[in-house]
Amino acid sequence: MTQVLTRRGTLAMAGATLAAGPAVAQAPASAPAPAPAAGAAPAAAPAAAPSVSPIAVAPAARPAWPIEQGASLRMLRPVRFVQPDEEVWRSNCAKFTQQTGVPVRVDFVGWEDITQQTAVTANTGAGPDIIVGFDGAPHLFADKIHDLSDIANYLGAKYGGWRPLAGAYGMRQGRFVGLPMGASGGPCVWRTSALREAGFESPPDDHAGFLRLCQELRRINKPAGFALGNAVGDGNAFANWLIWSHGGALVDEQGVVSINSPETINALNYLRELYPTFIPGTLAWTDISNNRAYTAQELWLTQNGVSLYFSLKNDPATAAIAEDTQMTPMPKGLADSPPNAGLTLNAMIFRHSRFPNAARALLAFLMEAEQYDPWLQANIGYWSQPLNAYAESAVWQSDPKITIFRDTMNSTFWNGYRGPITEGSVAATADYVMVQMCAAVASGQATPQAAAREAERRAQRFFRAR
Amino acid sequence: MMDTTPATIAAAPSRWAPVRREQTWIGWLLDCKPFLIVMCLLPAVGLLGVFLTYPLGLGIWLAFTDATIGRRGIWVGLENFEYLFGDPIFWNAVFFSVFYTGIATIGKFALGLWLALLLNNHMPFKSFIRAIILVPWIVPTVLSAIAFWWIYDPQFSIISYVFVDVLGWRTTNIDFIATAWPARWSLIAANIWRGIPFVAISLLAGLQTIPPSLYEAAMLDGATAWQRFRYITVPMIMPILAIVMTFSIIFTFTDFQLVYAITRGGPVNSTHLLATLAFQRGIPGGQLGEGATIAVSMIPFLVFATLFSSFALARRKWQQGESND
Repeated sequence: MTQVLTRRGTLAMAGATLAAGPAVAQAPASAPAPAPAAGAAPAAAPAAAPSVSPIAVAPAARPAWPIEQGASLRMLRPVRFVQPDEEVWRSNCAKFTQQTGVPVRVDFVGWEDITQQTAVTANTGAGPDIIVGFDGAPHLFADKIHDLSDIANYLGAKYGGWRPLAGAYGMRQGRFVGLPMGASGGPCVWRTSALREAGFESPPDDHAGFLRLCQELRRINKPAGFALGNAVGDGNAFANWLIWSHGGALVDEQGVVSINSPETINALNYLRELYPTFIPGTLAWTDISNNRAYTAQELWLTQNGVSLYFSLKNDPATAAIAEDTQMTPMPKGLADSPPNAGLTLNAMIFRHSRFPNAARALLAFLMEAEQYDPWLQANIGYWSQPLNAYAESAVWQSDPKITIFRDTMNSTFWNGYRGPITEGSVAATADYVMVQMCAAVASGQATPQAAAREAERRAQRFFRAR
Repeated sequence: MMDTTPATIAAAPSRWAPVRREQTWIGWLLDCKPFLIVMCLLPAVGLLGVFLTYPLGLGIWLAFTDATIGRRGIWVGLENFEYLFGDPIFWNAVFFSVFYTGIATIGKFALGLWLALLLNNHMPFKSFIRAIILVPWIVPTVLSAIAFWWIYDPQFSIISYVFVDVLGWRTTNIDFIATAWPARWSLIAANIWRGIPFVAISLLAGLQTIPPSLYEAAMLDGATAWQRFRYITVPMIMPILAIVMTFSIIFTFTDFQLVYAITRGGPVNSTHLLATLAFQRGIPGGQLGEGATIAVSMIPFLVFATLFSSFALARRKWQQGESND
């Protein structure tokens, strides 16, 4: 094992030496493009102060990908969370161009559009060479994209192996069809002061305790709340947590719809008790609603990504709320690990690409420590690594509160859990089957039994054999 | 004196006569009426074919396939229709589309006509006021939808704020969109607000075409204000009312932006219109075939609404107080 000091980290050391001060690396004038971006990062988020990451590296032979004559690449990926995400990504690609002579054009598209654009690209056989999509996208287009096992095996051997969520989203029938590049988790976000007032140090890990906590919070008029509206991210995250933590699942291991189960009924009965403790209006909540209510100090416990914490922390007016905020995994309930499937970046190379070797070389290049760790650090916790070795990245030491996101990809749950990832599981998530089942029970429109039957009916439609 | 000797007559230039040239094929072609008809219609037919018929035809074709985004479907006949027939969410969308269109149209026309009658009077700053009331209609729908989204927000509604924090009349926020019926009424209110200017301005145009002499004659005959409205105004604006109502019904029935921006069809699908449900199933849900089926199922309703407006409202009896013949 050797240790790689990433370039950004080295710069940081140089800066520290020069300025005899901490934090922000002032890049020397001769430094290539990424350094100013790295220097700029802390302005947006002070947590991103670059430092040395002791990334452990095992010897592994990089497969030879002879780059095609006259190769050029087009890549499509979802828009950034934070500005430095895009800057470092672009500069990493520019570095690839510098080293290989292969021009790389990166286009960023809105989150809600990437799935459709992937589908159209796959369907028409034209468009970008590489798409960094979300979650299970490569599974849907497995016959339109290249097998990436060679890259994945090389990276896995070099960087301590792939994490479970990377396996779930990246692998299909034992082969890597996608290359997971990071995931964004959704833990429980809460106010220390409110929990103390309610008599708790942290959210209990069992259902009964969690219910008691929410009831107490309601009693002291500092309620919890989880999205039950048509919120793609937060709504599905909460509904999935509720069902998975009770041992239920939309489908079984073979992909047969299994939502109408005693576990689901238990979960929905639990929700009937939990829902009255919520702040009013959660049935109409979209993804942004809980962020707003939490920031306005009307909501004291919810489930969200790291974005909420950073938006609080970076605004002087709300910094005190950030100070009082803690993030812990959602209660495990009956599950072995916290039931949360992180939103995962998953890269694929299309067969229509004329330069598959160049594309392979680029993806592997981006995942190497020299490029990946600065990117990880630039993202200040928004994205968490799929490869074990990057758990040592300095980003996870930058702010103790975001350390929880380090293990996002250790999750053993994925969208479409327990079955294989199919068109059906993606569509069922997009069509809010689980969310609406929960919302129907919470609002009193349906009994748990009726709601589970309705969800089963809808899911069966999505999972029907074609 | 004029010289008229035969010699001079013979020497005079002969009368000019056009040389009849052999007709070329292009001349013949341009003289050919059927050819000209085809040539003149072709651009229009081509544009209609490419931009109207093809998408419509494709939509109808998709409705009979199980296409998803990214996968060409196969012909499944009426399978999509059969599934939707047993789908309570679809029937809920049918119900709400009809209800939404019905109530919103009534509201828009009642208030729009009232506004038009008010604006038809002489008043100071008449042009300015007429311009101002168009604002809700001019503003891009999605902007007004986002404004309403804030107005109806469960936590940050300005109306709730006024009632709870300013006036102290309530202790809890008003539930605008978090349960089914309030959400439905809230959306209808937003749609009416948005639709009034269109109706008002169109009817105002109709009102201004009514000759004042009719009112003067009626007043000489001793007609009351109600009688003048009922027997002069209403029949005279009925043709334009029929057209405006047809448009309004079509726009309302196919509304998408307001509902999608404010509730996304929630809570629990209670405010899905057919258009939003078609989009939800077709694009985010990826079930293109099923989405197309929902869209196609709107056609009968729209045809019915159009026929109703054209035939029922445009009857001559209404306009002339006579029988239909």
